Amino acid sequence: MSVTELEFQAHAAESAPEQAIEGRSQWNLTWRRLLSDKMAIASIAVILVMVALAIAAPLFVSLTGHGPEQAFTNSGTTRSGAPVSPGTHGFFLGTDYIGRDLLVRTLYGARISLFVGILTTAIATVAGVAVGLVAGYFGGWVDTVLARFIDTALAFPLLVLALALAAVLGPSLAIVIAVISFFSWAGISRIVRGQTLSLKEKEYIEAARSLGAGPSRIMFIHILPNLLGPVLVLATLYIPTAVVFEATLSFLGLGIPPPTPSWGNILGEAQNYYSVAWWYVVFPAAALLVTTLAFNLLGDGIRDAMDPRTERIFAARRGRRKNKRKAATEPGALPPLTVSELGE
Amino acid sequence: MGITRFLVRRILTGILVLWIVATGTFFLFFARPVSVVARQLAGRSATPQVISQVIRNLGLNDPVTTQYWRFLGKTARGDLGYSYYKQIPVKTILAQDLPITASVVVGAVLLWLIVGLSVGIISATRSRSLFDRVSTVGVLAGISMPVFVLGELLILFVFLPLNEHGFTWISTGYAGLSGGLIPWMGHMILPWITLATVQAAIYTRLSRGSLLDTMGEDYIRTARAKGLTERRVIYRHGVRAALTPVVSQLGVDIGGLLGGVVVVEIVFSLPGLGAESINAISTGDLPVIIGFVLIASVFVVVANIIVDLAYALLDPRVRIT
Repeated sequence: MSVTELEFQAHAAESAPEQAIEGRSQWNLTWRRLLSDKMAIASIAVILVMVALAIAAPLFVSLTGHGPEQAFTNSGTTRSGAPVSPGTHGFFLGTDYIGRDLLVRTLYGARISLFVGILTTAIATVAGVAVGLVAGYFGGWVDTVLARFIDTALAFPLLVLALALAAVLGPSLAIVIAVISFFSWAGISRIVRGQTLSLKEKEYIEAARSLGAGPSRIMFIHILPNLLGPVLVLATLYIPTAVVFEATLSFLGLGIPPPTPSWGNILGEAQNYYSVAWWYVVFPAAALLVTTLAFNLLGDGIRDAMDPRTERIFAARRGRRKNKRKAATEPGALPPLTVSELGE
Repeated sequence: MGITRFLVRRILTGILVLWIVATGTFFLFFARPVSVVARQLAGRSATPQVISQVIRNLGLNDPVTTQYWRFLGKTARGDLGYSYYKQIPVKTILAQDLPITASVVVGAVLLWLIVGLSVGIISATRSRSLFDRVSTVGVLAGISMPVFVLGELLILFVFLPLNEHGFTWISTGYAGLSGGLIPWMGHMILPWITLATVQAAIYTRLSRGSLLDTMGEDYIRTARAKGLTERRVIYRHGVRAALTPVVSQLGVDIGGLLGGVVVVEIVFSLPGLGAESINAISTGDLPVIIGFVLIASVFVVVANIIVDLAYALLDPRVRIT
């Protein structure tokens, strides 16, 4: 037993990096794990490129000379009035049904989508954390009322609310932001409430209370920092959801009113041109898909980095890394003993 | 304690929720200056005579409380008023559209539960296999896919090419069941796939995770130790308990499902309830929109009661209260 233990320790020391001794904070560890996750890094890169393109959208306007709402009825449409295909007359991604530049419109659509996605997630996160903390910490009737409210908001059909508001007030960006924020905070609240319920029974909270800390100090200084991890993961996963909601509402004509371009309303307009202009559907759809996929992958990556025990989305990677290590050991040399082999 | 008491209680809360929705709807649509409401109800091109007639007919000059009670009474009797554009009762319009929407919902829900649960269970029992890996990648793609984008891509890359080559069974638009089961399915298959894919992805992930958790429980080891076959352990002991979180998720998803139905109806030109209400927005046909909001709420409330009931029946640990 002692021999194998020694061997095990020796092996661990051998393979450990030299600076392993210095202490690392939870966040530092998470960040390191995230950096070693190729999928997460790739999604961060994609998101940064998307943000850069959205910011640089006016640059493309001056480069191409095509405004986002400017229709080129002569060069931008064919003789029969159909959209021109990608690459024609300086329209890199082709044009839409009245001869507007699809590239410029898709880039301006990215501005709307990312703006709505990030802003609504920020609003929902702040509101959700506040409600969840208060409900979980105070308990009693406060919790009962807030929990019922959370359940109602979760079960409420978002689209019906958007429909009613759009019918009465007319579709607008403000309604889109209000509806999506209203819909999203409840999910975050529910998680925060659950975590708060279990955290407030911990000994260190009791210690803080015995030192005379008030409810707000306990909630924000002692409980909130422990919730940041799950909240960060949830927020990252809510961004693509919000982006999809915005696109869906705009697609149905309940969101961003034309002529302002949004991925959703471009795809909505494209419906009558399936057979003549594939690019009209494919490019905005690709932009939307790449964005949501990148945020979802990043969210999964952050979750895995926070808690290495959770199942990875790409479980395959672990296996591959193991194989690589096996291949790296010299042929002929005995593979180092592992704990599981000893057990058998 | 009994099931009847549970049902009565849930139905009473359901009625309470519906009352709140109806009140909210009333104030949203009617608690504004009379002239604005009348112009919206009468349509955009209405003459002043028509507008004053609308005000008289609907009693818009009455005190708000009188109007409110009248609205509640009419709604409770199922009288939703007349569509301005079609000159027929909203109730008739909704009744015409309901079978189409129901066709979409029932088929899609069946498809998504069957696909989602079976893929999830197979993935969990063969964790880390090729099947599991392929399905996790598919799940991620499915979750990131907006319903309307999938619908448009299916039309562009499946429906149009097939139609060009003379294969016309798969089609858009709607064909009633009276025209035969096969044509009906041909019209429904793309909407079903579209609506079911995104949800199936979520349910695959959910049931896989839930079953993996359950299979680590002590009572599963006990079941194995008793000498039960693996099959029996998985399906009788594991899956049943693993389904509980899946069913409770179903309750949360009903609102989202409704949104998906509206989108699918628009994409595939199905003249159902959702498409009707979206068209009503562009024509400003408020009575139809109010009718849709109310019927959608009834649907959500009823579906939630059914889900709660199923939840309690599946898991004996859940007490019916």
